[in-house]
Amino acid sequence: MSAPQAQAEIQTAPASEAEAGAERRLNMIEAINEALDVTMARDPDIVIMGEDVGYFGGVFRATAGLQEKYGKNRVFDTPISECGIIAAAVGMGAYGLRPVPEIQFADYIYPGLDQLISEAARLRYRSAGEYTAPLTVRTPFGGGIFGGQTHSQSPEAIFAHVSGLKTVIPSTPYDAKGLLIAAIEDNDPVIFFEPKRIYNGPFNGYYDKPAQPWKKHDASIVPEGHYTIPLGKARMVTEGEALTVIAYGTMVHVAEEVCRQKGVDAEIIDLRSIVPLDIEAIEASVEKTGRCLIVHEATRTAGFGAELSALVTERCFYHLEAPVLRVTGFDTPYPHSLEWAYFPGPVRIGEAIDKILSE
Amino acid sequence: MADRPDSAAGQGSNKPSLSLHVPEPHYRPGDAVDFSHVDSGEAGREPRPDEACDPAEMRDLAYGLIRVLGDDDRAHGAWDPKLDADTLRTMLKNMAVTRAFDERMFRGQRQGKTSFYMKCTGEEATSISASMALASDDMVFPSYRQQGILLSRGYPMIEMINQIYSNRGDKLKGRQLPIMYSSREHSFFTISGNLATQTPQAVGWAMASAIKGDSRIAATWVGEGSTAEGDFHAACTFAAVYNAPVILNVVNNQWAISSFSGFAGGERTTFAARGLGHGIAALRVDGNDALACYAAERWAANRARANAGPTLIEFFTYRAEGHSTSDDPSGYRSAQEREEWPLGDPVMRLKRHLIALGEWDEERQEAMDREAAEMVRATTKEAEANGILGHGLHHPFRTMFEDVFEELPWHLREQAEQAVKEREIKFPEGVPK
Repeated sequence: MSAPQAQAEIQTAPASEAEAGAERRLNMIEAINEALDVTMARDPDIVIMGEDVGYFGGVFRATAGLQEKYGKNRVFDTPISECGIIAAAVGMGAYGLRPVPEIQFADYIYPGLDQLISEAARLRYRSAGEYTAPLTVRTPFGGGIFGGQTHSQSPEAIFAHVSGLKTVIPSTPYDAKGLLIAAIEDNDPVIFFEPKRIYNGPFNGYYDKPAQPWKKHDASIVPEGHYTIPLGKARMVTEGEALTVIAYGTMVHVAEEVCRQKGVDAEIIDLRSIVPLDIEAIEASVEKTGRCLIVHEATRTAGFGAELSALVTERCFYHLEAPVLRVTGFDTPYPHSLEWAYFPGPVRIGEAIDKILSE
Repeated sequence: MADRPDSAAGQGSNKPSLSLHVPEPHYRPGDAVDFSHVDSGEAGREPRPDEACDPAEMRDLAYGLIRVLGDDDRAHGAWDPKLDADTLRTMLKNMAVTRAFDERMFRGQRQGKTSFYMKCTGEEATSISASMALASDDMVFPSYRQQGILLSRGYPMIEMINQIYSNRGDKLKGRQLPIMYSSREHSFFTISGNLATQTPQAVGWAMASAIKGDSRIAATWVGEGSTAEGDFHAACTFAAVYNAPVILNVVNNQWAISSFSGFAGGERTTFAARGLGHGIAALRVDGNDALACYAAERWAANRARANAGPTLIEFFTYRAEGHSTSDDPSGYRSAQEREEWPLGDPVMRLKRHLIALGEWDEERQEAMDREAAEMVRATTKEAEANGILGHGLHHPFRTMFEDVFEELPWHLREQAEQAVKEREIKFPEGVPK
């Protein structure tokens, strides 16, 4: 694959106002709720289940109004058993339904891991296609909301490591809707991580400055109805020549703001999904800039940044002019009072950019 | 100061020191076996409640033992399913074929034709009689010892042997450990190998059937040892919460590899009683009594189909052979146990019952056993034409990378190319035939 060709396949920034029609601005929760609504209206086999998702509409309101609209048979509360939630979804998938379970926080997903890793991810393989697990597990992840060590984790690398699972992470309302619809319609199991710090606005890492709502951001313009964003296609956030910044979720906005403030001509790539991974977009960009910074909020050691760094080194080594660097959370549990000392914010990112550009 | 046991806890205090109870089975290799502590009770003793009965009003059935076939080889009591002689003969034949199949496949493993096998000897009734009480399109989520269900449902034996040999005829493409069958056509879920994962999945399937207003129910099998898994308790909770049309069968065969049922809590209560705390109807059944197994499963199926709720059935039985080809039971339990098991052998008991009814005789039994063995032998030969494990007749190389996802992503495409290249390096003249 030649670089220019790959470059052409990258989708540019979403939703110009022209294609969105009337300016309808949604935050990420509203966009997710609309994606669920749109798919449920089209496919009677879609069911939503999870702790507090029914009458109450979810602790983050992502399923608000859906039980009233689609009935208790299709949107219902579950016992507090992530193992049971995922397992029941696997059984429902075997029946022919398309379940969209919610795990209330990604930190709670571990009791369901065996059902995800050993069951959902391998049904198609072990049964040679007789049984599949077309489920999409939605779960809020990431920190920055003073959630402490049990409401802040970013465990995406665990899932990326498992063969047979797809792992999707949106960074805008427009993407959240299109990616979630694509995930639900996908016939493979998908873990859909929702960066909860940016449910209400594109948090840029400056926690000590006033928060911005989504309505001031172009990516909050969300078309009505059905549209999809293919899994495995990265989004070009900004084009640039000085270095490539690879990020996803909340960190896309933090990286963008740091580069803007520093006046760095960065090419920022929002991966949108880490499995499948848009390797062509990464290669094309790094071959152009020769410098690569990887940013994620998750812990550092054996994080997905390690995989990205290895891929860039293996595939773009002779284009590199500086070592590939990672900016990540620290290898500690997510602390409560020292949240902002832990968070890979503007200082950590800025320092890494300086280092890469000084080489 | 008086001597204290060797314990750091409680030093300097007068409180009694605590002690840990580590369960120990009654008998170890070489021990004389006496099963007089097992209360098997009289056949016909247990009452048969209405299928819509409140679980709280039938709680004694979780502690008793439902038996139909008495020592006189006659059917007794309210649980007698009153099956006609043809059905009984079909049941007996399914059991005979399963036993012959197990013998042959076990030997095949010893002869190096495959890596692994698991017999269900002594437990045939818990899968065959139970599944015959279901509709053929009721969905089953088996554990690894329910080959009798597939053979009862008419699944081609050659498909099972192809799977055991992982040969080019294996429709699972040689990906699964032997005996981990799958057949959607026979409403038989793909066997996992991870324990108890199928239990809450069965509940989910049953919930889906109820969501859709379908009439099919789900049934699942799990060993008593695996009821210790969290999945089992999630399954019970979900089944009770949503009143799911599901049957949770627990096969208590006394042994989980070398760990006796005490390590799953069997010293404290029955496995059927696990249902009561969840508000699930619970039956404890003589698993070596084909008629009782059938009757209990049919009761539970009727209950589920009438939206009256889930049932947990404990089949009290005995694993007459090792766990698998990988263990030798003489290393951890007394060989006398099998001979002394107070509930006998399910095949012999059903045979004697048919003879007592005047519907069968020893000559026909011998002829049936011979036919079964011959059929298995011929089918094995046929399957061997597709290859045995490790002898080259496997699925094409590229199939290793298929079905991980619906479509092949770039990283698997690259890894498939690497695998092909490795093969060319190892066999520059081409792969030897």
